Amino acid sequence: METTPTTRNNPAELETRDMMLNFGPAHPAMHGIVRIVTKLDGEKILEAEVEIGYLHRGFEKMAEVVDYNGVIPYTDRLNYVSPLINNMGYCMAVEKLLRISVPERCQYIRVILAEISRISDHLTCVGATAMELGAFTVFLYMIKAREYLWELVEKVTGARLTVTYCRVGGVKADLPEDFAEPCRQAFEETRKVLAESEALLTRNRIFVDRMNGTGVISAEDAISYGITGPFLRSTGADYDVRKDCPYAVYDRLPFDVPVGSRGDNMDRYLVRMEEMEQSMRIVEAALRDLPPGPVLVNPETGRPIPAAEMVDLAKEGNIPAISGGCVVAGPTLEGSGRAHRPSIAADEKRVFLPAKEDAYGNIEGLMQQFKLVMLGHGVRPPAGEVYFPVEGANGELGFYVVSDGAGNPYRVRVRPPCFAIMSALPKLLSGEMIADIIPTFGSVNMIGGELDR
Amino acid sequence: MSTFSLCTSVTDRFPDAVSASHTYRDDATVVLRPESLLEVARFLKDDPALQMNYLMDVTAVDYSAFGQAPTPGFFASSGVAVSPSSQIPDEDPWPGPPELARFTVVYHFFSTAHKHRLRLVVPVEESVAEVDSLTDLLAGANWLEREVWDMFGITFRGHPDLKRILMYEEFEGHPLRRDYPVKKRQPLIGPDN
Amino acid sequence: MMKTEPSFFTSRLNEALGWARKYSIFQYPFVTACCGMEYMATACSHYDVDRFGAGLPRFSPRQADVLFVVGTISHKMAPVLKRIHDQMADPKWVVAFGVCTCTGGFYDNYATVMGIDTLIPVDVYIPGCPPRPEMVLDGLMKLQDKIQDQHATGKRPAFERHPLQVLKEGFET
Repeated sequence: METTPTTRNNPAELETRDMMLNFGPAHPAMHGIVRIVTKLDGEKILEAEVEIGYLHRGFEKMAEVVDYNGVIPYTDRLNYVSPLINNMGYCMAVEKLLRISVPERCQYIRVILAEISRISDHLTCVGATAMELGAFTVFLYMIKAREYLWELVEKVTGARLTVTYCRVGGVKADLPEDFAEPCRQAFEETRKVLAESEALLTRNRIFVDRMNGTGVISAEDAISYGITGPFLRSTGADYDVRKDCPYAVYDRLPFDVPVGSRGDNMDRYLVRMEEMEQSMRIVEAALRDLPPGPVLVNPETGRPIPAAEMVDLAKEGNIPAISGGCVVAGPTLEGSGRAHRPSIAADEKRVFLPAKEDAYGNIEGLMQQFKLVMLGHGVRPPAGEVYFPVEGANGELGFYVVSDGAGNPYRVRVRPPCFAIMSALPKLLSGEMIADIIPTFGSVNMIGGELDR
Repeated sequence: MSTFSLCTSVTDRFPDAVSASHTYRDDATVVLRPESLLEVARFLKDDPALQMNYLMDVTAVDYSAFGQAPTPGFFASSGVAVSPSSQIPDEDPWPGPPELARFTVVYHFFSTAHKHRLRLVVPVEESVAEVDSLTDLLAGANWLEREVWDMFGITFRGHPDLKRILMYEEFEGHPLRRDYPVKKRQPLIGPDN
Repeated sequence: MMKTEPSFFTSRLNEALGWARKYSIFQYPFVTACCGMEYMATACSHYDVDRFGAGLPRFSPRQADVLFVVGTISHKMAPVLKRIHDQMADPKWVVAFGVCTCTGGFYDNYATVMGIDTLIPVDVYIPGCPPRPEMVLDGLMKLQDKIQDQHATGKRPAFERHPLQVLKEGFET
């Protein structure tokens, strides 16, 4: 900046230069890696350029190399804070291609777990945003609530984060018998946490001043950029895939979709907080309406066989001793036995693995196992293309699957919801102050795995 | 609007632009000639009966290896002939990849007013891998088309800033093409790991 | 392992320095992907990493001494990682958190670095996809043992290459 003594008192004639500030790929906001290059005039952002791709892991290329069920672990790691929604979306897309329908109980289970995933996603998003604005306590509270939910997910799927729970044609295992009670307790804790966080944030002067009026986008602009999800609903347009293009059993469950009006960060925060409550409402309704499934008791012989003994008997060729028996398996295999099969898997032998009792017990099960597992065989849908959208935590998560009849998908395309939101980020940021980048970027809920795939 | 009438409303309005249409698995799909993409897209957005205000997705598919999956070699060394499992049959089969073009660029449109979806498929030759850009019409097309350029090498006429988005500038080639090997790395630093 | 002349005072001093260093770890969490969620879970109240003295992340490499590389490193990100590692001052340690940083995970394709030890030296590998917080704490304790035993300036002992064992005659690799 150059001044001369005569112009020092006359600001209008001072020469200024724009400054370039780089929010490099490695930066403290715990949202993943993205690079924002901003051109500043003092504290005001003139223009921002966003560079992504630092977490590109080649999901779509890997999907061509593995078989249909092998893509599911890769889908877990797309939106890694809500993995069950991605699993469900991909599996439902392939099931649409195969034209098979899963049992009702299975659909309810998928919906329950997807909503629990959605709650944990919103908890992470709101918690991280609050932390970056200085409210570290809220972050700790929300992660505490998220831990309860992850323990719940672990009871069902066996893993906390990358669950790989859905399969093409069903889910891996049934809900454990005692699921409703831990679920109720987890939700009670989550509601307490949400109430505390609301008390700490929603009418907090600092939080409100930073979030109100920052990162504003209009509904037309949002639609033009292809933005969906809570980001869109905060602007006033109410498009929710669960309501407008219902899938699974969402059309039977009572829930509301919160819609904001101003399109700023505060509205997005409020929309997400309310969506968590609505998700809990969906899960409670689904648990009430859950069609009953078979209880893990032995119907025929009256003697449960421990799994290890059954394997030994099968290896010895002692089939009569094990045929017709029910196996008592360990926790991770609990719920995937023959008795549970009708409630968790579609009745399609060419798609879903047989129960272990059948795979070891009779020749049909063995053949089914062989046909699905060996190289060159496997799930072989007819040639075709489908697009299936589900409501991810950030918006419409669509899977476009092209098949050529082989055991590997020909092309799997993920329509990532936060890609559209990030493409609108330069527009959101221009005209704002640097300090507004933090709440705006926080409310974008950029998940690197989904953005860059 | 039902999927069939969606297809017909486009086919009736642009009879020479549309080369095929189908509703496989209840997804309305229209195959277009590349020259007419921009006007069809404008029609989809502005027509009151269609009102496709959302461009959900722009992607591409490389059909050069379609149907050429290798047969299993699992027991090949032992001489046992293992034929692959039969496909699950389809009563309503798919027409197949359009024409003989190598690539197709696929657009997914959605309407919030009428809640219907439409897929536009534009076959693109390998020699002239160029399509009109939709960035003037819908702002979301900007980054989506950049990704198609990055992954497939299809250029978009009229795109303001067509450069790589997911890979780095020094990367050579287009990774999602079928002839790009999965494990071929081009490291910026470090050994060829 | 390098040790100075074993005198009573210097060895006690080394131990004290090691003790002080290992219980006041300032980490730089280089978080990229899904492992970041388990990193957050480890750092927060349930599995609390603060009771190990490692609870204060320093978000500048100049102020940190342990680089936690959390999550997949792609080839686009690799130069950035190298630069961050170079910017850290000695003594510094590197923890490869998650199997993508150890060996590349199941992303064996054009975009991923197959293990960050091809770029920077790594002290502790914590495999898992993502590793459970208990595993992370175990890795952290191993790191603390390593910090305790290292020379006062933090120099690493020379890398030992174990000769490949001959398992059976005629099957040498």
